[in-house]
Amino acid sequence: MIRLDNLTKVFDTPKGAVTAADHITMEVPSGEICILLGPSGCGKTTTLKMVNRIIRPTSGKVFINGEDTTDLDTQELRRNIGYVIQQIGLFPNMTIEENITVVPKLLGWDKAKYKERARELMRMIALEPDAFLKRYPSELSGGQQQRIGVARALAADPPVMLMDEPFGAIDPINRAVIQDEFLKMQQELNKTIMFVSHDIDEAIKMGDRIAIFRAGNLEQYSRPDDLLANPKDDFVESFLGEDRALKRLNLVKVRDMASEDIGTVAPDEDLQTALSRMDDHGYPGSIMMVNDRHQPVGVIPRSVARTTRGYCRDHFDTLPAIAQLDDDLRKVASLMFAHDMTWLPCVDEEGRLCGQITQRAITHHLGSRYRVQQVETVAEV
Amino acid sequence: MDWIHYMVDNLDLLTSRTIEHIALVGVAVGIATLTGVPIGIAITKNERLAKAVLYVASIIVTVPSIALFGIMIPVLSLIGQGIGYLPAVIAVLLYSQLPIIRNTYTAIHNVDPALREAARGIGMSQNQRLQKVEIPLAVPVIMAGVRTAVVLNIGVMAIAAYIGAGGLGTFISRGISQSDPRQLILGAVAVSLLAIIVDYSLLALQKRLTPKGMERAAFAE
Amino acid sequence: MPVQNMKGALRLLLIVFVFVAGVWVQASGTLDELLFYLPDVQYLVVQHLWLTAISGGLAILVAIPLGIMLSRPSMVRFAESAMQVLNVGTTIPTLAVLALSMSFLGIGTVPAVFGLFVATLLPITRNTYAGLKGVSPALREAASGIGMAPIQRLFKVELPNALYVIFAGIRTALTINVGTVPLAFLIGAGGLGELIFTGIDLYDPLMMLAGAIPTALLAIAVDALVATTAFVAVPRGVNPSRA
Repeated sequence: MIRLDNLTKVFDTPKGAVTAADHITMEVPSGEICILLGPSGCGKTTTLKMVNRIIRPTSGKVFINGEDTTDLDTQELRRNIGYVIQQIGLFPNMTIEENITVVPKLLGWDKAKYKERARELMRMIALEPDAFLKRYPSELSGGQQQRIGVARALAADPPVMLMDEPFGAIDPINRAVIQDEFLKMQQELNKTIMFVSHDIDEAIKMGDRIAIFRAGNLEQYSRPDDLLANPKDDFVESFLGEDRALKRLNLVKVRDMASEDIGTVAPDEDLQTALSRMDDHGYPGSIMMVNDRHQPVGVIPRSVARTTRGYCRDHFDTLPAIAQLDDDLRKVASLMFAHDMTWLPCVDEEGRLCGQITQRAITHHLGSRYRVQQVETVAEV
Repeated sequence: MDWIHYMVDNLDLLTSRTIEHIALVGVAVGIATLTGVPIGIAITKNERLAKAVLYVASIIVTVPSIALFGIMIPVLSLIGQGIGYLPAVIAVLLYSQLPIIRNTYTAIHNVDPALREAARGIGMSQNQRLQKVEIPLAVPVIMAGVRTAVVLNIGVMAIAAYIGAGGLGTFISRGISQSDPRQLILGAVAVSLLAIIVDYSLLALQKRLTPKGMERAAFAE
Repeated sequence: MPVQNMKGALRLLLIVFVFVAGVWVQASGTLDELLFYLPDVQYLVVQHLWLTAISGGLAILVAIPLGIMLSRPSMVRFAESAMQVLNVGTTIPTLAVLALSMSFLGIGTVPAVFGLFVATLLPITRNTYAGLKGVSPALREAASGIGMAPIQRLFKVELPNALYVIFAGIRTALTINVGTVPLAFLIGAGGLGELIFTGIDLYDPLMMLAGAIPTALLAIAVDALVATTAFVAVPRGVNPSRA
């Protein structure tokens, strides 16, 4: 857990005092990722860097796991906080192994232990230890270097990590890959993480909570879904962008939305059965055909069922698209738009049909949050 | 090609003067490194001081060596050391300061701020940063400064033969005063070769001292 | 600004030192003896500057076109080896250059000027080449892209952007030149070396000082003069010292 208590930084500049962070009070619960988000110069980086005293606070306190860090030795404090920066900052004079083990060495671990730790970390970040440990940073790609940067920060297994736009300098494709890898690691590691970003999409993807900063003040601190559904003021709203409702699509999984109620036909049933089942379920266009393991194999269009006689196995169309339970709604919506469909069948990990998701359900889900809030707002007034 | 015969006949003399030359420059630049590197590191803490120190050092280098000797001899003769090794060694010491201090300062000063922040962020103390990151990164550049100083001062030491410091310049001074082209050419060729060979050897050393991962960065220019 | 204060303090210290030295020199009667050399000094300074002007001027006139030529794309095959030779050349001590010049051309002004010319030529050529090669490829591409002929590109884009580095070369070279002229006396060309070396031979401290002090001042003055010229002549946008 990281708790900031009235953390303030005032810089003396030739043009007078500038308050970079103004009485910031917030708490990041253990095991969560908190994204500090805002335009440049908003104080997010200053706030982050006050936690490990790269920037010394003017006033206020930082608590880590309930302990006031004010009186801790600076070096000691930093060695127990993982730190990742955008420029990566791998030491070019050291091998990858030396870079990763630099903190364990500072902490006085014995050789066998830190060597093993280096290999363990390399496996964690999906880089082959034997191929990479003896190489130098300049021999690695940007994405690989940043993975090493993350490994270095994790080396001494600190409970808390600070990340300053860690993936900002990596090209978009690799960035997405590293973000996914990092989230997967975090599921096992459960670190408490403060993460500076200026990219709203990254914040929504990575953050358990998002703190929006503006001109040294903490404007809003919420879970991403709340933030997108209910921005506190015009600034936050404009920062989130006019498509903020669409951004919420990222946050909802098919699993949370799928309706389990779905009618199907088997290949050896005839088309008349298919037609009547469509009518029973009220499907206007078509019905799914599944095999004996309940995996979808095609659709029977209503037009075919009405005009043709025979068995379903001889008259089905191929399925244009399927949603997995772990897909987010953004992908689902995209598939629907691409294939001009108003619904998609949903399958589980083994490819078995387990429900459907409709455009109607999606828009209803997105809209419901707004309706609730509007009602609440009216009630408060 | 008389000078080659002369060289063969006087190989012992050539050897001893070469050794003398190398020893004088080596000792003086060695001492200069011991003073210049700490000064270069120290002044990274204070930009004003850095500018002042570099300014003074650059003025010193501007003064021609023979003029420096001409000024030093009267002063040093007050303590009876006017002619000989001492003014030569002092001159080399002084001339070495600029390249060594400047390169040390520039190298440490130019260490990527991101590296410095990373080092701070993982909890290195100021001394640990200096030892583990900043100095290793600066070594090739400092070596380049030492190399510049050595090559420059091989030339200065040659001139110092005129104030009785010995070394290879003695061949040249005798060659001129005795109108003996053999000594003249031998001296000129020997001192030139010495400078070139030392330059290349120190370059090789500089490359070896460069941390492995940095060769590309250090020799890109 | 603080830096100016520091320099100011240093200058003040220097002035005080010079004043005290002056008082001592005056009191001990040394000044009169030094003044005895004044006519010699005047004559030799002029001679000294002539040697510098001729050898340095010729060197600039040859070195810059040479550097430009080597930097042209058509010369790329020879340029690197030529620069290697020049680099080796600059490591050769100036005394050796003069000695070699004398052993081929004999005694007098001509071998002296030639030796000085060679010693000055190398750094300027090297810097001209390095400066032009250092111009960002993007700038060159942009210049060609907007339709500049190679010669226009050279004069409008490459040379202005390389000027700072070229001037740095001229500054180094002329400072070396002024400092080497005293050695030219040894091969019979005159200059302030006459007082210094004769002073050393006769072990006459005053004579040494009469030669050495003007030589040192001359070198500092020439260095400052070139630095000032560079400061003024190099366009502000590409002049780090004016940034």
